Amino acid sequence: MIRYTAGRLASLILSLIAASIVIFAVIEVIPGDPASFMLGVNAREDTLAALRDQMGLNDPLPVRYLNWVTGLLTGDLGTSWTYKTPVADLVADRIWVSLPLAIYALTLSTLIAFPAGIIAASRRGGPADVTIMGATQLGVAIPNFWFAMILVLIFAINLRWFSAGGFPGWEDPALALKSLTLPAIALALPQAAILARVMRSSLLDMLGEDFIRTARAKGLSRRQALWRHAVRNALIPVLTIIGLQFSFLLAGGIIIEQVFFLPGLGRLIFQSISARDLIVVESVVMLLVFTVIVVNFAVDLAYAAVDPRLRRRA
Amino acid sequence: MTFLTRLTAVSAFALMATTATAQTDITVAIQLEPPNLDPTGGAAQAIDSVLYSNVFEGLTRFMADGSVVPGLAESWDISEDGLTYTFALRSGVTFHDGTAMDAEDVKFSLDRARAEDSTNAQKGLFADIAEVTVIDPQTVEVTLSQQNGSFLFNMAWGDAVIVAPESIETIASNPVGTGAFTFTDWVQGDRLELTRNDAYWGDAPALETATFRFISDPTAAFAAVMAEDVDVFVGFPAPENLPQFEADPRFQVLVGNTEGETILSTNNQMPPFDNVLVREAVALAIDRQAIIDGAMFGYGTPIGTHFAPHNPDYVDLLGNSPHDPDRARELLAEAGFADGFTTTLKLPPPSYARRGGEIIAAQLREVGIEAEITNLEWAQWLEEVFKAKDFGLTIVSHTEPMDIGIYANPDYYFQYDNIVFQAVMEKLNATTDPAMRSELMAAAQTIISEDYVNGYLFQLAVPTVAQAGLNGLWTDQPTAAVDLTGVSWSE
Repeated sequence: MIRYTAGRLASLILSLIAASIVIFAVIEVIPGDPASFMLGVNAREDTLAALRDQMGLNDPLPVRYLNWVTGLLTGDLGTSWTYKTPVADLVADRIWVSLPLAIYALTLSTLIAFPAGIIAASRRGGPADVTIMGATQLGVAIPNFWFAMILVLIFAINLRWFSAGGFPGWEDPALALKSLTLPAIALALPQAAILARVMRSSLLDMLGEDFIRTARAKGLSRRQALWRHAVRNALIPVLTIIGLQFSFLLAGGIIIEQVFFLPGLGRLIFQSISARDLIVVESVVMLLVFTVIVVNFAVDLAYAAVDPRLRRRA
Repeated sequence: MTFLTRLTAVSAFALMATTATAQTDITVAIQLEPPNLDPTGGAAQAIDSVLYSNVFEGLTRFMADGSVVPGLAESWDISEDGLTYTFALRSGVTFHDGTAMDAEDVKFSLDRARAEDSTNAQKGLFADIAEVTVIDPQTVEVTLSQQNGSFLFNMAWGDAVIVAPESIETIASNPVGTGAFTFTDWVQGDRLELTRNDAYWGDAPALETATFRFISDPTAAFAAVMAEDVDVFVGFPAPENLPQFEADPRFQVLVGNTEGETILSTNNQMPPFDNVLVREAVALAIDRQAIIDGAMFGYGTPIGTHFAPHNPDYVDLLGNSPHDPDRARELLAEAGFADGFTTTLKLPPPSYARRGGEIIAAQLREVGIEAEITNLEWAQWLEEVFKAKDFGLTIVSHTEPMDIGIYANPDYYFQYDNIVFQAVMEKLNATTDPAMRSELMAAAQTIISEDYVNGYLFQLAVPTVAQAGLNGLWTDQPTAAVDLTGVSWSE
């Protein structure tokens, strides 16, 4: 287990270094001058030069890369050019929207997908299976932003149960959770559809395995065999998908955050890219990459916990 | 504001059984969030939308109709030669941190804006100031290096507001001004809150608190207004939904003018646009009404020159460029382009440009001009079009008030170089007599219209959707501002 963990850890660090170089290089080559974006069309040349100097844009690229990475290592994400506040503060505010939203959506999608997948697999070909698979087909096909608009139309505009968007802050947790509910549902349903399908096919694979037949031969009912042996084994591909989905939900809520005007990380990145606030984009993207890599690392460790063979093999 | 808080507010009033029943809070939505809160350090209009007149004031100020009236300066004297302005400041004005606003603050603000390391986006406004002298705490004297007929107008801009040296360090996140509202909180990405300033020198506003929210997505904007999450949306991004609000008794729709001349900007140095016949052909190929109807759902006023139609000095020059594709083809043939030509049409993100661009490309194709459309982000547009001047045509709304002076700068991105026009502008800058100024402004408008410098399309309209009970909102936008000082709810 130690060798396995160490191996995973080494690949984690290498991925982070590679990612930092790629992110910096890619973002710095985007055309557009942050200073002229801030000052607009009437700015004079001397004003632009003064601002560029203030923003440290006159340093050569390698120097700026090193400054950035050393900053990151000491926990300093830099200071936003446009907001003029530390990036860490910006992220700290936003993460309290994006992280709870991702967890909320993931919980919802798991709560829906697991029972749906298991029922569909255990009643393969039956009406329940057909219905669930039909519904997931639809769930995968519907874009989440469109679904979000429909939710707003029904629950915010017509029924007035929820507000159409915005985030009131965590001072009142019930209100905060309420404001995240529609976005979480909009994010969760398409994910649940994918997860349910993976759960079903993975379970069906397991149900055809020899060890299930052995379990049945030893006298377990079909249902007992499914719950005691098949589900646990079917979880490996499902965990992979959950890991990927969590990363997606954390970083990929951009459109949903726009639709519900939530002050989340996705919206921060979006605003920063259009304002060419490169330092914010770089640091936030790096932070997300870090999170994704760490989540994958955790998923790798979870595999090992679920499947003892992986521990020995590595 | 949520329904719940309004309910509590209303019931609290009912319980107290006070005589005042009108609501005193407001939630205002605008499209873009200010990047920071320093109106003297960036061009973002959203900064002024939130802070102009509410938090910060200048020596003079714009009213809703675009007129310039005294602000922190109660009155002024202009010397015979027009070079010295002596401002008498209002007495008893304090900043929100309690410090007094006096002549030293005015000197500090103006000197800071025109300093060498200044990052003021409109530094040009201060270019003619030679010296600022403090006479006494209530009197400040500004000496100009040359006459400037727009000086009082310039001092009304959001970029010329009076700030204090005591609070300048943190102005970007904690703006301290002299206005009727105090900045209280900014949850970045979500909302910004203002509270009534009880020590305000002028009339106390009717509102006690104001919350600004930032919603750029058109669908989200529609939902927020419909669900009554916001009380007013200034600059509503989806004109196609306005009829629905007009038909709903819960709402009022105000369609106002802006200072935004929306033009088909033309690279005057790039062949074939260096030929005036070609530029005239382009102007005649354009059907303005089709663009206003198709791209702006009917909102917008056609213009024939680079000047706001609501300005008293506007000259109607639409007759110079009627929609006449046949004549346009003739002109192209005369210029040696009987078979037409191919050019680029680079479009920034706003819908007037993206939607308008498709329509203009189709209209140009009618007369044989192939315009290849490229969509650009603002940052790319600034780099490629504005700075590198690598474009044939582009569509942009010039939103600065009274900006016809850009035609006198041959280095400006559309590169119009006309000595006659430059002389007119120079004379205008040095003229303070109103009648003479009107005459010069008319001459300037006529020159650029007859030279077909750019395709003049329409004056950008600004739609505001508000709850029916709100009064005192600005309809027009003579400068980017959501002035809440005169806003109140009907009882």
